[in-house]
Amino acid sequence: MKNTNVMALLNAALAALLLAGCAKTEPKSVVRLATTTSVRDTGLLDALNETFQADGRYTLQAIAVGSGQAMQLGRTGEADILWVHSPDDEKKFVEEGYGVERTTFLHNDFVILGPEADPAKVKGSKKVADAFRKIAAAKALFVSRADQSGTHKKELKVWDAAKVKPAKEYYLEAGQGMAGTLSIAEEKKAYVLADRSTYLSMAKNLKLVIVSEGDDLLINRYSLILANPAKFPKVNAPGARAYFDFVLSRPAKELIEKFGVEKYGQQLFFYDYAVK
Amino acid sequence: MEFILEGFRKALHIILSGNPEVFAIARLSLTVSLAATAGAVLAGVPLGSWIAVKKFPLKKLLIALVNTGMGLPPVVAGLVVMLFLARSGPLGFLNWLYTPKGMIIAQFIIALPIITALSISAMQNVDPKFYNQILALGASDRQAIWVCLKEIRLTIVAAVIAGFGRLVAEVGAVMIVGGNIRHQTRMLTTATVMETQMGNFDMAIAIGLVLLALGFVVNLALTVIQQNKVLTR
Repeated sequence: MKNTNVMALLNAALAALLLAGCAKTEPKSVVRLATTTSVRDTGLLDALNETFQADGRYTLQAIAVGSGQAMQLGRTGEADILWVHSPDDEKKFVEEGYGVERTTFLHNDFVILGPEADPAKVKGSKKVADAFRKIAAAKALFVSRADQSGTHKKELKVWDAAKVKPAKEYYLEAGQGMAGTLSIAEEKKAYVLADRSTYLSMAKNLKLVIVSEGDDLLINRYSLILANPAKFPKVNAPGARAYFDFVLSRPAKELIEKFGVEKYGQQLFFYDYAVK
Repeated sequence: MEFILEGFRKALHIILSGNPEVFAIARLSLTVSLAATAGAVLAGVPLGSWIAVKKFPLKKLLIALVNTGMGLPPVVAGLVVMLFLARSGPLGFLNWLYTPKGMIIAQFIIALPIITALSISAMQNVDPKFYNQILALGASDRQAIWVCLKEIRLTIVAAVIAGFGRLVAEVGAVMIVGGNIRHQTRMLTTATVMETQMGNFDMAIAIGLVLLALGFVVNLALTVIQQNKVLTR
């Protein structure tokens, strides 16, 4: 009979655990943000979150994916608010009625990274299109995000500007986030387009160096977009508005402008929205 | 070679210094996988026993389906659960996507066929004469199954071990359904993927070691329970 007791006890313990797993009450207002990996991987998201969640009224549920996937979440009404960096797609997104009040508020830039040895002799190219042409001419390895993210879209624009179509023998499509793609480029000693902020946050683990930077084409603009509550009645519109207002406020501006100076030795994101 | 040793050294430091975030992640992993395993046991053992002792049409087909389910790819389970829990999906009103509850559901679906299939085969190993004898003594189906379950409890614990082991090591479903959100749905497996991609090998190794340790401790506990039963016979 002792064994029956053990079995019953075990069952009871497991049942209790199951209940404990489910009993956690949902916070009052969960705001679902669809954003890009660069915002998470640099730590900016966490830094902002501390302040945003401080009063206990909101919990931010940030899904960090590529901008393409973030907008896909917006198209099905899964996200309350978007923080993305793919201007052409954003405009289309708003035109199609999925989002409202698109506000461009932040920028930094993209850089071309490559191995120190620079087999394609890209260093010194002022125009990023020239850099890409040299990479293609030398058939040097290039790793693409290939995930419809803002960075990927920018890369495709640069190939367009360079008027080259990369051949698959030297063009690797990673299908991963920025960090994963950078790791592949690092191991393969390949060239890669990266946002400066993710590069800096990973620089201590990378041997890749910046081989081209500063072209106007490489500006990286981030925008906030609210999900259209008229189209998606289930979105948390007040919560999304609260996050929107918070990011476009003075405390957030000050936090963003200071962000990275201590840890990476330079400012990672440049705030260009005129806060009231 | 250097960086591997260095990674391990730093990893041990992270663990020994009691990094609160790593331990919070470990707690979440343990809670989610244990809850999913428990649910799968509560549903799968009776279900498997019932399938084993009952005669009904297409029984072989059903068993074949359950056996196939043992190999259900976690990413497929994750995808299906995600589609159902999405706001635009049929269960969207629950708001369980990107929460631990959602991850428990996904892992439950992965574990259920494993526990059910192993219960079926354990129950079918019970001598039919024994089962019929209990029925002849006036027991109901339910009572007879309970008596048989006590006979095969060691195998059932083995099924629990198999189910939990699969869940705690699983990354695809919790990545899709949980979203790897820091402080909310980041699990040991998804954190390992992320830290590895970021090149933070020390953190990745530390989390990997915690994952191994967790699997070992839970299995040790279950094995002790199982082996004690052998001795008390």
